[in-house]
Amino acid sequence: MTAPLTKTEPLLQVENLQKHFPIHGGVLQRQINSVKAVDDVSFVIHPGEVVGLVGESGSGKTTVGRTILRLEEATGGAVRFGGTDVMGLSKSEMRSYRKRMQIIFQDPYASLNPREKVRDVLTHPLKLHGIGKPSEYDDRAAALLQKVGLSPDHLNRYPHEFSGGQRQRIGIARALAVEPEFIVADEPVSALDVSIQAQVINLLEDLKNDLDLTMLFIAHDLGVVEHICDRVIVMYLGKVMEIASAADLYARPNHPYTKALLSAVPVPEPGQRRSRTILRGDIPSPIDPPSGCVFRTRCPMATEECARVVPKLREIGPGHGSACIHST
Amino acid sequence: MPRDFTNTKPILEVRDLQTTFDLSRTQSIKAVDGVSFDVHPGETLAIVGESGSGKSVTSLSIMGLLPKDVGRISGGSIKLGGNEISKYSDVEMRDIRGKEIGMIFQEPMTSLNPVHTIGQQIAEMVIRHEGLSKARARDRAIEMLNLVGIPEPKRRVDNYPHEMSGGMRQRAMIAMALSCEPRILIADEPTTALDVTIQAQMLELMQDLQEKIGMAIIFITHDLGVVAEIADRVVVMYAAQVVETGPVEDIFRTPRMPYTVGLMNSIPRLGSSINKVRLQAIPGSVPALSDLPQGCRFHPRCGYAADICRAALPPLEQAGDGHMIRCARWRELNLSQKEAS
Repeated sequence: MTAPLTKTEPLLQVENLQKHFPIHGGVLQRQINSVKAVDDVSFVIHPGEVVGLVGESGSGKTTVGRTILRLEEATGGAVRFGGTDVMGLSKSEMRSYRKRMQIIFQDPYASLNPREKVRDVLTHPLKLHGIGKPSEYDDRAAALLQKVGLSPDHLNRYPHEFSGGQRQRIGIARALAVEPEFIVADEPVSALDVSIQAQVINLLEDLKNDLDLTMLFIAHDLGVVEHICDRVIVMYLGKVMEIASAADLYARPNHPYTKALLSAVPVPEPGQRRSRTILRGDIPSPIDPPSGCVFRTRCPMATEECARVVPKLREIGPGHGSACIHST
Repeated sequence: MPRDFTNTKPILEVRDLQTTFDLSRTQSIKAVDGVSFDVHPGETLAIVGESGSGKSVTSLSIMGLLPKDVGRISGGSIKLGGNEISKYSDVEMRDIRGKEIGMIFQEPMTSLNPVHTIGQQIAEMVIRHEGLSKARARDRAIEMLNLVGIPEPKRRVDNYPHEMSGGMRQRAMIAMALSCEPRILIADEPTTALDVTIQAQMLELMQDLQEKIGMAIIFITHDLGVVAEIADRVVVMYAAQVVETGPVEDIFRTPRMPYTVGLMNSIPRLGSSINKVRLQAIPGSVPALSDLPQGCRFHPRCGYAADICRAALPPLEQAGDGHMIRCARWRELNLSQKEAS
């Protein structure tokens, strides 16, 4: 079931977020340019909502997620969580927000310390944030493992003793340990085999329903995103191209980039090859993005005007925004 | 219309292929265990499976690229155009690779040499295999770059791989693999690392080139969407063995082996936001080749497992025209009727 799009206060507000990475060069290593990884991105997430962030490599989707959690510092804009400006928080203030905002990484192999037993992986966050009494730690860790479909017997094992899917479950349990309100899931199933991917998607759906989680789900797989998300944001070269409810976006994509992206997804039905808009060329470099609309160099609809005007995200229907000057 | 190639003579015949990896002096595993299939000229055969299924090792065995001293073909036969190549020496295989069998991989830099220009690398291939002069070889390189859709091929021929974008490098790798017009192209996860818009370009390009050159393609992938799009026939592998094989329509519309059915049900399809259904995940994970279950290798994860499944490894049985299934209960289960929509 789709979560109702509540009219309540948003839990997360991202306003004109910008992240430019400096490029240094020359003998003096002066800043000569910058990579515009995220450029003027705005959206909100309501409590209980799962919002998908899709885009190809270089779209800036991962940087958006990391910047929200301040794993990267933004170079502009604002992020409000429950009304508080996260960017303005000191280090110690941020710590209490980390408890409320957690991240699940793509690579379950790289994100777990190989020398830590599962017990330690799951109880460290409790210690760090002063949650519960040490005497309760084992019970809490065991309960977390059960919640993600593992057995309490696994507490004394090391990450290498688990399969990829099980490791991702441990990563999810770690994120849940501090009982966060909000989770950034950064490509959480991309590294997993197909049969295991479905297990983890189902687990995330169950957890979302049971724990009333709010999630930013970052992925490049459009099928997975449609399956799990209530709303979807499409990014290209650091900018938002389109935002809509999942049902609306997949049934009535508006932006030429979204249309092309959806038509490029291979469908697991033989003989069903659709008429397809094949985009020519590669994604341009985010160091030197095209003027005007960043998508215009690959857009089948581009006109001269597209090189001059930076399109604004305009509302083209209820809750449906598209950043294309040609959209109606 | 499905394309039918069965009336032509196969270009590649793999029979009961066994590939063994020696893990230590005393322990070895069979990474490929009794795999058989044919590939016909102009046909695309997809080999699908998860990690550890043996799909990549099967292709490395055909190409003679198994890691030295560790992996070896321990049984069966591989015939290319009627010639038994599984016992060829390294030198003999080097003459086959590039000329008879083209190869492309997931990462272009595994086939491209960073210190030579794209032109030099293609030229080297055609000089070696076809004995062209340097000037003619350069012309061929330009022609190939043009064929794979690289803009300004006359200028690009002098580029080094690092001077090209990712998508362009992928095209250059395909140009190199096809420069001697091989009879078979083996593509091992060639689009897995690519974005979908670039993947669509590559799939289109490979199908175009197949029409022009007429080569057969063995496409190794885990992506069922890609399989449905390009394959004529499919081989599904699980734990080093073939568990189901057949024409692409049969595999997708009437899969009968519970593992294949499970795979089909576990992929989220476009359109799910309108019709929300829970994914039917396959429980558990792929067994280690060093610790395989008794009987059917899939039985510990199979919802239909019965005593007969634990008792003995079921044979691959003919279920229809070219459709073969490894399942002791496929007749009574009749899964395709119930599960495929």
